[in-house]
Amino acid sequence: MKYDIVVIGGGPAGLAAAIRASKSASVLLIEREARLGGILKQCIHDGFGVVRFGEKLSGPEYAHRFIKELRQTNVTVSTFSFVTNVCKDGCYKLTYVCRDGVRTAECDKIILATGCRERTRNGIFIQGDRCSGIYTAGSAQNLVNIMGVMPGRKAVILGSGDIGLIMARRLTLEGAQVIGVYEAKPTPSGLTRNIHQCLYDFNIPLHLSTTVTRVIGSNRLEQVEISRVDDKMRPIAGTESIVNCDTLVLAVGLIPENELANDLSVRVDPKTKGAFVDQNCHTLTDNVYACGNALHVNDLVDYVSESGETAGENACKPTRERKLVPVTTKGKFLYAVPQMLDVHSDVGGVITYFRASEELSKQQLTVTVGGKEIFSKRFAKLIPPEMERVVIDYSQADLSSEQIVMELKEW
Amino acid sequence: MEMVCIVCPNGCRLQVEKTSDGVNVRGARCKRGEIFAVTELTCPTRSVTSSVRTTVADYPVVSVRTDGEIPKEKISKFIRLLSEFTLDKKVPIGTILIKDVCGTKINVITTTEME
Repeated sequence: MKYDIVVIGGGPAGLAAAIRASKSASVLLIEREARLGGILKQCIHDGFGVVRFGEKLSGPEYAHRFIKELRQTNVTVSTFSFVTNVCKDGCYKLTYVCRDGVRTAECDKIILATGCRERTRNGIFIQGDRCSGIYTAGSAQNLVNIMGVMPGRKAVILGSGDIGLIMARRLTLEGAQVIGVYEAKPTPSGLTRNIHQCLYDFNIPLHLSTTVTRVIGSNRLEQVEISRVDDKMRPIAGTESIVNCDTLVLAVGLIPENELANDLSVRVDPKTKGAFVDQNCHTLTDNVYACGNALHVNDLVDYVSESGETAGENACKPTRERKLVPVTTKGKFLYAVPQMLDVHSDVGGVITYFRASEELSKQQLTVTVGGKEIFSKRFAKLIPPEMERVVIDYSQADLSSEQIVMELKEW
Repeated sequence: MEMVCIVCPNGCRLQVEKTSDGVNVRGARCKRGEIFAVTELTCPTRSVTSSVRTTVADYPVVSVRTDGEIPKEKISKFIRLLSEFTLDKKVPIGTILIKDVCGTKINVITTTEME
């Protein structure tokens, strides 16, 4: 079958992209799992949709709103389908495995909405035995919230990102003992509200500048070794202590999923670890778009949906030659997205997401084009775990100078 | 005293002061933060999300939440109530499973659409 657009991934980004694209294009949505919704299916806690709907929904409820809308469109949905190969031969040709066997589809454009992956024990080099009982937070969450199975009874959580905090509360509610949340950084990684409602509400201790340095257990995990770390996050010799537990939950970061992007030679930004894109979520590979957590790891699903819509909307438009101008960042940015502007397309309301690289107070964001200021906004406080979103209007700027600079400095 | 608002992901840092004629709240970016601070001082409440087991194929558990906030001290009793509950048929998302939880006038609703 030939489609205008194939969307890969049926989570919040893919759903939003497919719905938006279906307004003027034929769309195939490919989803690996049995049901649409992506990771939202297992995120049963609430707090989703505050920006978009002004309500505190749980993950499955948020996903359901989009799935319902998708059912009203003519999008073809293929679940239980895994893309194994993409190649370009005039148009794009995809091979995917599904319950019917191996299938192929052709399309003019691809939207990558493949989400992100969790870092594992190997990703952070924890030494020790090869025992069971070590889970990523997402797999522990899947066990509890989808399969209805407890991963263990006495848990240590490494990493204070939101998923780690939410799993600390979830395991506690389900009757497990959570001994503590350990974080190698000197500041918590998750949203402040989650530190309060997930840890402090349940008297779960948070240990900063502390990490797990060894796992011990012959078959099942029995103990973990905890060490203090220095300001470069290196364990300090002599500070080791032993904690008895049967479960270690790792919430140590997320990385955009790029396997298909790599097959398509999509250039990846070392800062976001997702694709380089223009304001239309268009990657540097023509006719390949990226959105959601595959583009950069978000902390709010509302913005994941928003970037899906940007990708869906723009993938429908006729292909024109682009003229890309890089957006240079100056000052303490962890990253900013989009990394470039296509000055041949609409530059009116460019939604820009960014994070500071460290905790900063009293910062002014200034955007200049050819040295001329076109946007500025002040922030009382910027912290890396909380992404900022600004809308920048470049339509009045003289973009022929090809010098766009975003700068953060103290005011 | 210092408090962090948990109403939305903004997580406003609130400065809360008890005064003779009520509570003085600073640092809230919206009205909901002020209400939060007052409730937190008088009777802290939380909305609770969890799951209940089912006998339905492909759904070992189904996700649920309270359709409003319940007093914090009733959370553990509420969780015990859920652990005694088994859902024996497919129900649409938003179905009330338990009415008037622990005498709070709050209901438990399902949050997953069972396809």
